[in-house]
Amino acid sequence: MIIRQLSVFLENKPGRLCAAIDALAKAGVNISALSLADAAEYGILRLIVDQPDLAKQTLTDAGVIVKAHRVIALAMKDEPGGAETILRLLADAEINIEYMYACVGHVTGKALMVLRVDDAEKADAILKENCCDEINPADIYRL
Amino acid sequence: MPYRDKTAETMPREALRRLQSERLVAQVARCYERVECFRKRMDEKGLTPADIRGVEDLNKLPFSYKKDLRDYYPYGLFAEPLEKVVRVHASSGTTGKRIVVGYTENDISMWAECFARMLTAIGVTEKDVVQVSYGYGLFTGGFGAHAGAEAIGATVIPMSSGNTALQIQTMIDFGATVLCCTPSYAMYLAEEIERAGLKDQLKLKAGVFGAEPWSETMRARIEEGLGIKAYDIYGLSEVLGPGVACECEAQAGMHVWEDHFIPEIIDPDTGEVLPEGATGELVFTSLTKEAFPVIRYRTRDICSLNYEPCACGRTHVRMRKPSGRSDDMLIIRGVNVFPSQIEEVLLKVCGQDVTPNYQIVVDRVNNNDTFDVNVEMSESFFTDDIRSIDRLERLLVERLRSTLGIGAKVHLVNPKSIVRSEGKAKRVIDNRQGKI
Repeated sequence: MIIRQLSVFLENKPGRLCAAIDALAKAGVNISALSLADAAEYGILRLIVDQPDLAKQTLTDAGVIVKAHRVIALAMKDEPGGAETILRLLADAEINIEYMYACVGHVTGKALMVLRVDDAEKADAILKENCCDEINPADIYRL
Repeated sequence: MPYRDKTAETMPREALRRLQSERLVAQVARCYERVECFRKRMDEKGLTPADIRGVEDLNKLPFSYKKDLRDYYPYGLFAEPLEKVVRVHASSGTTGKRIVVGYTENDISMWAECFARMLTAIGVTEKDVVQVSYGYGLFTGGFGAHAGAEAIGATVIPMSSGNTALQIQTMIDFGATVLCCTPSYAMYLAEEIERAGLKDQLKLKAGVFGAEPWSETMRARIEEGLGIKAYDIYGLSEVLGPGVACECEAQAGMHVWEDHFIPEIIDPDTGEVLPEGATGELVFTSLTKEAFPVIRYRTRDICSLNYEPCACGRTHVRMRKPSGRSDDMLIIRGVNVFPSQIEEVLLKVCGQDVTPNYQIVVDRVNNNDTFDVNVEMSESFFTDDIRSIDRLERLLVERLRSTLGIGAKVHLVNPKSIVRSEGKAKRVIDNRQGKI
């Protein structure tokens, strides 16, 4: 399933991550998943939240740069080889994965993943066609 | 007291003034005939060379500016054809384009003489070994010191800048007795030498340090650290290079070689010449330069002139260390940096109509200048992709280095995080005061 992820630019100073997360908490936004990519001089915080529009507005008002991107959320079997099945499908279709991160999910027996790929529509179609369980948007936005 | 050219250096002021008048009249006539920019300015003021009969008419003459060097880039202000020009040097302009100056054979030897007068004054002779650790290249430092030391017959080690370990090794192995470099580099060398416990292997006795501001405290530390006498030298490419003004053995101000240059102190706002001893902007007229003469060139350096007789017996006026600038130029690690140069790089790299907000932070840590450029990130160049932001950051660093000639650390910061006062961002934060 294609979902919206928010990417936040974080300058390399103590407290920047905390300030962003705090702003979201105060606005009543719940974070479903997050990943932090770090370069030497800055970081990018990637977030899946239950209310993307409110979150984007809140962060923009707090003076940080936020952009929304389309990423894929999927549930895979929480067992050995579960990830391999999915990754093989994408590799065979020559879809490039830019990054991925896992969510700690509450869906029994499933591992939830967020993937950024170069062609989200194509990847989504392939995953839907092949074996992947459709996930309930409510599961991903409010894990 | 040793003099290089006793007649010139101790000339009574009356005679010096007559010599200046004679040379000024000739230089003005020459520039009027050969340099379009100067002629136009004279014409605008309704002046002809005949109106200039001596030093007393100096203040009638139009000023010249750094901007002229950009407008007439590269050779438009030369007063000699290129076949007479044997060398060019260049330094930072106010934009990405560098400014170019030229020298005839006579200019080069006059420059060497100016530097040589100083070396002689501070007791350097043909028996000395002079290590020149100023950069050699378009920068005037290396070649200027080199020529001066050669002129007095000293043995020159043309080290150029950089590679500290090799600098120290050479200094010891080759028995250098005199060091020429920037004062901050001298401090750095002193510390490294101390750390390595090599001070007792040095033969150094004197150092000639210039091209950036330094204080008496720093002088004391260099003298202690290297076990030498440290002397100050002043110059700028537009006027000559290092050697326009130099300290003598008295270490009490830098003698401006007035047989070649006339200094004036003006009010930077009104252009009025200020009374003797007042502090203001330093202006130079070069009397004997052939390829690239300047008439009333605005240095933007703020200082004062001292006409009192010097203990050394030289009659030439002494200038105090410049205490600041009347423009926004920064001197970072001896290199001239204008905020406008940085702005230009940002504009080009970020490819937008509006320059991103930026701030330059200069500080001094362990006697070295640090140079940081904070750039506000904006929506338009933020992507979700580390690689493309890294590419932007690297490109900024590279372009800044190639434009300025020195490295800056670039930090991408949050939008609107750079402090604005009355809507205008404060572009430069210089925390070096009191540390140099």
